[in-house]
Amino acid sequence: MFASENILEITYLIATALFVLSLKWLSSPVTARRGVWAGEVGMLLAIAGTLLHKGIVDYRWIAIGLVLGTIIGVPLGRVAMTAVPQRTALSHAFGALCVTLVGTAEFYIRAPHVPQFMMGVLSLEVILGALTFTGSLMAAGKLQEVLPQRPITYKGQNLVNLGFLAIAIGIAVTLVLHPDKTFLFPFMISIPLAFGVMMIIPIGGADMPTVISLLNSYAGLSAAAMGFVLGSKLLIVAGALDGASGFILSVNMSKAMNRSFTNVLFGAFGQEQVVAAGTKETRPVRSASPEEAAGILAAASKVVIVPGYGMAVAQAQHKVRELYDALTKRGVDVKFGIHPVAGRMPGHMNVLLAEADIPYDKLLEMDDINGDFPQTDVALIIGANDVTNPAAREDQSSPIYGMPILDVDKARTVMVIKRSMAAGFAGIDNPLYYLDRTLMLFGDAKNFVGSIVRELSGGHG
Amino acid sequence: MQLDLVTSLYVFLLAAFIGFEVIRRVSPLLHTPLMSLTNALDAIAVVGAIILAGEGKSNLAKILGTIAIIAATSNIVGGFMITDRMLKMFKASGPRKP
Repeated sequence: MFASENILEITYLIATALFVLSLKWLSSPVTARRGVWAGEVGMLLAIAGTLLHKGIVDYRWIAIGLVLGTIIGVPLGRVAMTAVPQRTALSHAFGALCVTLVGTAEFYIRAPHVPQFMMGVLSLEVILGALTFTGSLMAAGKLQEVLPQRPITYKGQNLVNLGFLAIAIGIAVTLVLHPDKTFLFPFMISIPLAFGVMMIIPIGGADMPTVISLLNSYAGLSAAAMGFVLGSKLLIVAGALDGASGFILSVNMSKAMNRSFTNVLFGAFGQEQVVAAGTKETRPVRSASPEEAAGILAAASKVVIVPGYGMAVAQAQHKVRELYDALTKRGVDVKFGIHPVAGRMPGHMNVLLAEADIPYDKLLEMDDINGDFPQTDVALIIGANDVTNPAAREDQSSPIYGMPILDVDKARTVMVIKRSMAAGFAGIDNPLYYLDRTLMLFGDAKNFVGSIVRELSGGHG
Repeated sequence: MQLDLVTSLYVFLLAAFIGFEVIRRVSPLLHTPLMSLTNALDAIAVVGAIILAGEGKSNLAKILGTIAIIAATSNIVGGFMITDRMLKMFKASGPRKP
């Protein structure tokens, strides 16, 4: 073995170790930034080692690629925190694009003499890569709202989608048996490309956390398959880590929405959204003004704020911080209850609240906060709906029955900031709003929280 | 260099187990940075693209390899940057700067 090849293998080995450490350090906010550092060092080592690879004869294209990639990457690293979900979807698309293109080139370099095992993993690589590419682009488009967010469904949709997937797999099997049929290869890419688009068409906004996690997992698996093709242990490990991460998040998200994992896996997330539209509730609700809300909050000793996607849309997180400060100054104990699927991607709410400078030890997960609600004076819900719907716990006929929720209805007073009485994403009426202890605060989340803050700071010296 | 199927599967299996154990311990608080970080690490696929573009076995390989380098590099740069930006924001309570 040449010395340079040894050096290459050693840099890859160190990079592999650093990648694992990187994720290990991410387990706590205290060590997390060290994790990013470890990942960066590992990445630099691996790239530097690769540039010494003896097979490389021409550095021009590599240099162009690295420079252009950096130019595109820097603005993607600087997007606003509210744009993180679509940025993440876009980066899944880029990762999948890279894998698909490399797989394509590898095929045409080797064809028609591709060993069966290699053709098998290569097929897996390009099929997963291609469907993740278009699927992620679609998801990013929906999140950025350049595409309609509402799910588009038609009869037999799942059958059509599965049919496409089956054809792609059929082509893959044919190519494994007869790798000389190279004319089939373009179909093995174009069909999953179409499948990726159709897979996301029936997805609505509130299903995005699951979908992004799932696409994350696919991107990882396709990279691992690429590692099999290239014989790169480093790539297999990185792909497996990414795949595992996406898988864990997908399972978490589907549990938090009470969907079975197979349901998620087969892209049937945007299931039938049939709602009995005729039974419009006309029961009375109690509403309150900012002054009344401020008075109740000021008199409370324990407040739990429950944020949802509505807070992100209204960009209300900084006003919420002011509210947090104003209440904390008065000695009120303020915590935040975060539902796993609040927002548009896993952990979305935490990032927005951290951006607004709210200490992370005040952000509690559903299981940790639920026991506190009976001792809570006020549960203040900002832009969340279905994740607080008690029907999920009590009403067996409800479409969201069984979904774990935040037990806000156990608090002494419930306040809900909401634009109007319109139903949430799932189109399900929320019995929470008709409880005696519930006060509806109608208005824009940002303005309403701002008015409460003004009342709190003005009314009391 | 080629790995055989069995070795590759061993590596994949062990890495997947490590991944599950390590990532299970990541607090839901940090699930967004987790996703952007694993995405950046996943862009290590750039090494395959670099070899493809550098070996220049065919024009197709050069072109596809270069585009693949661009895509992966933007994920590396953007992914690490935004992960670090997000993690910087997570602060514990205590004396806070005004």
